Amino acid sequence: MRSFSYIFILSLFLLLPFLGNAQCKNFAKKVCKLELNPYIHDGNFNAAILTEGEDAELFKTFYAGQEYRISVCGSESIPTVEFVVMDVDRKVLYTNAKNNFATSWDFKVEATQQLIIVVKVPTSNDKNTEIQSGCVAIMFGLKTD
Amino acid sequence: MVMGLAKNPLVLLGFALAILVSACNTDKNKDSSLQLNAEDLEADSSATAGIQSVKQIFYSLPSPLETALILKRSGAKYNEEILNPVDNLTKYNTNKSMALNLGIYSTDLSYASLFDQTQATIKFMTASKKMAENLGILNAIDNSVIQRLEENVNNRDVIMETISETFLNTNSILEEDDRVAIGSIILVGGWLEGLYIATSLVEDVKSTDNELVDRIVDQKFSLETVLNLLNQNIDNPDVKDIHNDILELKKIYDEVQISVSKVEVVQDSKSKVTTLSSKNVVTVNPAVFNKLKLKVKELRTKYTA
Repeated sequence: MRSFSYIFILSLFLLLPFLGNAQCKNFAKKVCKLELNPYIHDGNFNAAILTEGEDAELFKTFYAGQEYRISVCGSESIPTVEFVVMDVDRKVLYTNAKNNFATSWDFKVEATQQLIIVVKVPTSNDKNTEIQSGCVAIMFGLKTD
Repeated sequence: MVMGLAKNPLVLLGFALAILVSACNTDKNKDSSLQLNAEDLEADSSATAGIQSVKQIFYSLPSPLETALILKRSGAKYNEEILNPVDNLTKYNTNKSMALNLGIYSTDLSYASLFDQTQATIKFMTASKKMAENLGILNAIDNSVIQRLEENVNNRDVIMETISETFLNTNSILEEDDRVAIGSIILVGGWLEGLYIATSLVEDVKSTDNELVDRIVDQKFSLETVLNLLNQNIDNPDVKDIHNDILELKKIYDEVQISVSKVEVVQDSKSKVTTLSSKNVVTVNPAVFNKLKLKVKELRTKYTA
């Protein structure tokens, strides 16, 4: 019986990261992807577990003539995710913090260029609560006409 | 000794925690050279004490679907003869060849679908399914996907949505299974196939105002992303081989000059679509373009042989 408990504890800890990833996948598919409508999802999966105060960067080339929607969403356990779009010189082109923390942004580029998307999970204002982690997904929609 | 340790629940718990922390920190997308800024560290000082905080970096390549859309918008025509015949499937027995050709067939099926070539779409989806299964990416493309394609031959939206879903399934399953090296090879295979289709369709590079040539030149931007993406898994010998191949392509792209102007943000309050206004000035001579075309063909032949 004791051995069983050990195995159970060990299995639980070994499985936790994978359970987190699986939840992140389902969250991205069931929540974030819907935000792309009527744009079609490009099919790429960019999601990670982030903790309050952490940020992540994504580098992607956007092509002239194509209209895009960026959708950034975070799970309920973490504060509203901030996202910033910058050019390669790190000049800020868009920030959702100045747009009521919108979860998506529609844009097109006149000339093909690489952009950097920074997502940041702010720290909670409530000092008494525990620091939370949650899934953050960045998804791209393509306009198909 | 080992047995003795295993009998102590605290040691066991500590061991499990160590594995947990290690699993969380071995993210392939993390760049250890970038640290959280001072403000973050101050805010989270108690929580982050003793744990090295690193910023996660993602490199996103155009998906096969995006590549096909770009090709079509650039005036590309449909030519099935240049695509990878499904008869080649039996040749692919290694993880590297299967991953590369899963990417290649994914781009072929996206290209076929955008030109309403339903039978070809189903054929390439079946080939992709076979490659995915052989790679152990089970359930990413099941029989219901093929059935949905067959039932919606005249509905391009459903077909594209189905294709998008299979890519998401494949990518997320690989991520979940911690097989990101394979994932990166699939993406690079798909990207190279897009470049191969585009270069194969350009007959006269001298003609001006050729949007397809512009998009081929634009791949110089994505090339950096390809190299960065592969670099994240460079310990994998297959990834290393492909990285070396792509470096050869880079040597040619280095002869292509692109000067980029500053970006201006133009907002359209009516459509709510923002335009990032800028201009690229490109310098590429026909000899360099032909060299590029030959190198792409050489790599694509190597990967599909």
